Amino acid sequence: MSLNQNILVKLKQAGFRINGKWLVKGVSLEIEKGKIVTLIGPNGSGKSTTAKIALGIYKKIDGEVEKYTNKVGYVPQKISIDWTLPLRVNDFMVLTENLKDEAINEALSLTGVIHLKDKNLGDLSGGEFQRVLLARAISKKPDLLVLDEPVQGVDFTGEIALYELIKKISDELNCGILLISHDLHTVMSATDHVVCLNGHVCCSGSPIDVAKNNEYKALFGEQASQILTRYKHSHDHIHTNEGEIKKN
Amino acid sequence: MLDDFFIRALVAGLGIAFVTGPLGCFVIWRRLSYFGDTLAHSALLGVTLAYTLEFNIALSVFIISSLIALILIQLQKRTNLPGDALLGLLAHSSLAVGLVVIGFLTFIRFDIMGLLFGDILAVTTEDLLIIWIGGPLILLILKLIWKPLFASTVNYELAEAEGLNPDRAKAIFTILMAGIIAISIKMVGLLLITGMLIIPAAMARNISSSPQSMVIYSVLGGLLSVILGLFTSLQFNTSSGPSIIAASLFLFILSLVKIKQSIKLKN
Repeated sequence: MSLNQNILVKLKQAGFRINGKWLVKGVSLEIEKGKIVTLIGPNGSGKSTTAKIALGIYKKIDGEVEKYTNKVGYVPQKISIDWTLPLRVNDFMVLTENLKDEAINEALSLTGVIHLKDKNLGDLSGGEFQRVLLARAISKKPDLLVLDEPVQGVDFTGEIALYELIKKISDELNCGILLISHDLHTVMSATDHVVCLNGHVCCSGSPIDVAKNNEYKALFGEQASQILTRYKHSHDHIHTNEGEIKKN
Repeated sequence: MLDDFFIRALVAGLGIAFVTGPLGCFVIWRRLSYFGDTLAHSALLGVTLAYTLEFNIALSVFIISSLIALILIQLQKRTNLPGDALLGLLAHSSLAVGLVVIGFLTFIRFDIMGLLFGDILAVTTEDLLIIWIGGPLILLILKLIWKPLFASTVNYELAEAEGLNPDRAKAIFTILMAGIIAISIKMVGLLLITGMLIIPAAMARNISSSPQSMVIYSVLGGLLSVILGLFTSLQFNTSSGPSIIAASLFLFILSLVKIKQSIKLKN
C-alpha cells in the first residue's frame, strides 16, 4: 500500500525503448488527487511516451508503474479515426463508458460544443474535434485525466477558457491531471508540479523552482524563464541519440 | 416442413445472415476483408480433414481456421513481412495444401464446386442445428465484447488507456470469425464467405449514419440477399453462394442510387 492514499499513479525510474533506442528513461513522478502535474519539454523529449507509460499503453517498460485507479480519461495528442466508421459525436461520447444523456450534454456544454452532438465526427474542424475529445474525457468523471496537448488547434479565447475549465475540473472532481502543454504561461500559472523532460527528467518541482532551473532555461531560452524569474546559466550536458547524457 | 431441401436452405441462410451482418460491419471497420478471405481459404483444409477423419465439418473448419488465425498472429510478431503478404501466404498455401490432400483422397468423391461455391442441396437438419445454436452464441459473445471491440476499432490507445482490454476483445473476435466461416461454409462456399460478410455491410455503410444503424441495415441486407439469392438459385438452378452474393451486390448498387439522390437533394 502506498503511504499517501491520494496517489493515483506513480512512476519509478520508468523508461521505454524501441529497437534499443530510448524514447525516455529514468522518469519518476507521482500524480495525486486534485493536483495538476505538467510535462514540458521540446519535441521528441518523451512527453507523450511518459503519458503512455503512465496510462499502461506501453507494457514492456523499464522501471515501475503503480496505478491505483481504473477510472481514466485520456485525450491523446494524435488520434486518427477511420472514416469507414459512421460515427456521430454522440456515439463517440459513449465509446468507453455508457453515459446518461445528461452527463453527455453537460460535458459537451462545458467545452462549448453541445450544438455538434448529432454531427458526424468526420465533419468537425480540428478545434471542434479537440473540444469533443476533451468533453469525452471529462464526461465519465474520471479519477485521472491525461491530457496530451488538449487545446491544440483551438482558437485563442477558447484556449484560455479550456485551460480554466481544466483547472476547474481538477478542483470539482478532485481528480488528478497529467497535462502535456507547450503553453508555458499556462503551465506556470495553473500547475502544481512541473516535470521538465528531455529524454530524461531535466528538472522538476513547483513552477517557480523549475523556472529558476538552469536546464529549463537551456531548453526553453531566456524568455521562457523570464515568465517567472530572471536567472541565468547554461546547459551543462549534451544528449546523444541513444538517450545517454554526457557532461560537457 | 424441414424435410424440404429448399426450406432447410432458407432457414440456414437466414440464420447465417443474422450473424454475418454485425460481424461484417467489424470486418469493414477494422479492414479485415482479406483476413476473412484467408480464414475461408484455410477452411478447405478443414473440410478435407473432416472427410479423412470422419469428423463434423463445421467443427473441423472452426478448429483449422482458428489455428490459421493463431499462426498469423505469431508470424506477425516474429517476421518483418507486411500483413497482406502474410495473409496471402497463409491463404494460398492452406488452399493449396487442402487441394493436394483432396488429390490423395481418391476413395471419396468430392463435390469441389459445392465446396467452393456452396450447395443448397447439401444443407442437412444437423447443419441447421449447428447454425441456429452456433449463430446466436456468436452474436451473444459479440454483444459481450462490443464495447472494447468497438472502442479499439475507433482508437486502440484510447481503449487501452481507459482500461477496456482491446487485445482480449480482438482475440475473441478472431475466434468468432472462424466460427461464422465454419457454420456458413456449406451454404455460401469458401470462396464467397467474405462477400457475404462485407457486401451487405458495405451496402449498409452507404445508407447509415451511426454504427448501430449500420449493423441493423447490414443484417436486413443479408436477410434480403439470402431470400432473393435462394429463390434465384431454385429458379435457375444456380449455385447458392454466387446467387446470394449477386443478390447482395444488387442491393449494394441500389444503395448507391440512394446516395446519389441525397447528394442531389443537398445541392
